[in-house]
Amino acid sequence: MRSAACNAWVNCVTDGEFLFLTGDLGYNALEPLRERLGDRFINAGVAEQNMVSVGAGLAIEGMNVWIYSIAPFCYARPFEQIRNDICQHRLPVKLVGNGGGYGYGAQGASHHALEDYGALLTLPGMRAFVPAFSVDVEEVVDRMHQIDHPGYLRLGRCEQPPDQEVEAFSPWRRLVRGGGISVIVVGPLAGPFWQHMLSMTESTRPDLWVLGELPVTDISNMPPDLLNNIVANGLCVVEEHGLQGSVGQQLAALLMGGGFAPRLFLHCYAKGYPSGTYGSQSFHRRESGLEPGQVMEALGIAP
Amino acid sequence: MHYEAGVGHIGGNLSALDAMLYLHHYVMSAEDQFVLSKGHAAGALYVTLWSRGILQESDLCSFHDEGTLLSGHPPPGRLEGIPVATGSLGHGLPMACGMALARKLKSQPGQIFCLCSDGEWQEGSNWEALIFARHHNLSNLVVLVDVNGLQGFGSTQAVASMKDLGKHLEAFGLRTRELDGHVEASLEQLNTRSVEDRWCYLLQTVKGKGISFMENRLEWHYLPLDEVSYRQALAELNS
Repeated sequence: MRSAACNAWVNCVTDGEFLFLTGDLGYNALEPLRERLGDRFINAGVAEQNMVSVGAGLAIEGMNVWIYSIAPFCYARPFEQIRNDICQHRLPVKLVGNGGGYGYGAQGASHHALEDYGALLTLPGMRAFVPAFSVDVEEVVDRMHQIDHPGYLRLGRCEQPPDQEVEAFSPWRRLVRGGGISVIVVGPLAGPFWQHMLSMTESTRPDLWVLGELPVTDISNMPPDLLNNIVANGLCVVEEHGLQGSVGQQLAALLMGGGFAPRLFLHCYAKGYPSGTYGSQSFHRRESGLEPGQVMEALGIAP
Repeated sequence: MHYEAGVGHIGGNLSALDAMLYLHHYVMSAEDQFVLSKGHAAGALYVTLWSRGILQESDLCSFHDEGTLLSGHPPPGRLEGIPVATGSLGHGLPMACGMALARKLKSQPGQIFCLCSDGEWQEGSNWEALIFARHHNLSNLVVLVDVNGLQGFGSTQAVASMKDLGKHLEAFGLRTRELDGHVEASLEQLNTRSVEDRWCYLLQTVKGKGISFMENRLEWHYLPLDEVSYRQALAELNS
């Protein structure tokens, strides 16, 4: 998705106010943007706290600022700077975290982002965007470019099934129509679920949705089809994020508050490191029970 | 203000007040901005803005009160003369760097003055900011340090061996000059700096300046005034 994002940023540059800060990351991906922006592309070095506060200062002076790093270095190290300098000032600074969830695989826990959107969404004015596929990124970047408040973009690895067309990005999209429980997947993890369900018949497979913009704060923004099916057949939420601050928690509270009782509720989320060992993104997903086959088994749906 | 509100941080306000007043009245132009990185000296900033006619006396009377805009540390976004909110140390200087860089990139005039405390230089983000300021040659940034020698729970020397702060700042690319932060004739040198350099002024100050029982006393970092000490302080100021 990084290349798609780079192209989208290049297309966003329409005036001298656009400015991009990176924490010494972007090799072999962001060079075209560096070329396009010249002195408005700034490698702020390995100093994330300063980078975020500098971004706030630039935005106070009217600049349109994007800040990029590996996801945990983007939100965890400089969290107080994001909280105080960006969010408390309601500045429209956009943060970009590459490698959401277990995206950096065997690089280890320091490089994983299992609490990014949960932590950031506690801050005033913050919205998080989690594109599922590379083709989503241009629309997401354009939306974020337009908003006048802080935003967080979680980039991951596109796993769109081959030969499958996806409709244009919107917060809620149905990927596969099914006859059973509603499964809502957050971000790129939707790809493997889409692929898995292609081999199932419509009557036996779940109704698969992908969610791409957070938080979900208003039940009226949920598609009526989805809401009705949740009540009739139940809800399963799948996300590569820890339990606290998760989409599963958001949706459970929202549904209960709105008087909607799902017939069944299953929440599949990142469990951390159950075995204490490390491996690929797929390895960690399996350890957390996030692979499509594992979720289908938990739902009692035959492969 | 602090007595009526029953709050402390008086010592660090009094060490910074003279320099803040001088800066705002005799150094800064309309295009300049002031960032108070030592946000616990907000009271001194509010008084300074009152002296410039930006805040009213009624505003000062609301300090720390229910529904006030004048919180104990500078608030975000709504008050002229306070471009950024601060309070957690180590934030003001990096934000000032961003403001200075924006002016430079857009070829806009004006300088960014940033006042830090001395204990604040234990924050790593300040040193990150200096690396950035040097690399981007932010000569429109002027750093001031309120060197009162005391922090929350000890002297800066006892807590972090900070007597060589000036040398460390010079090593990070700043031209430093020591001024007496309470003497007008010394503060006049703020107007004679070369514009091509990145300047840092080490303001030698006295915590609790002007009140005998507060001067250089650690406890006045936090203590509020009771009625007896308030009356005594007023008497000293009026004598």
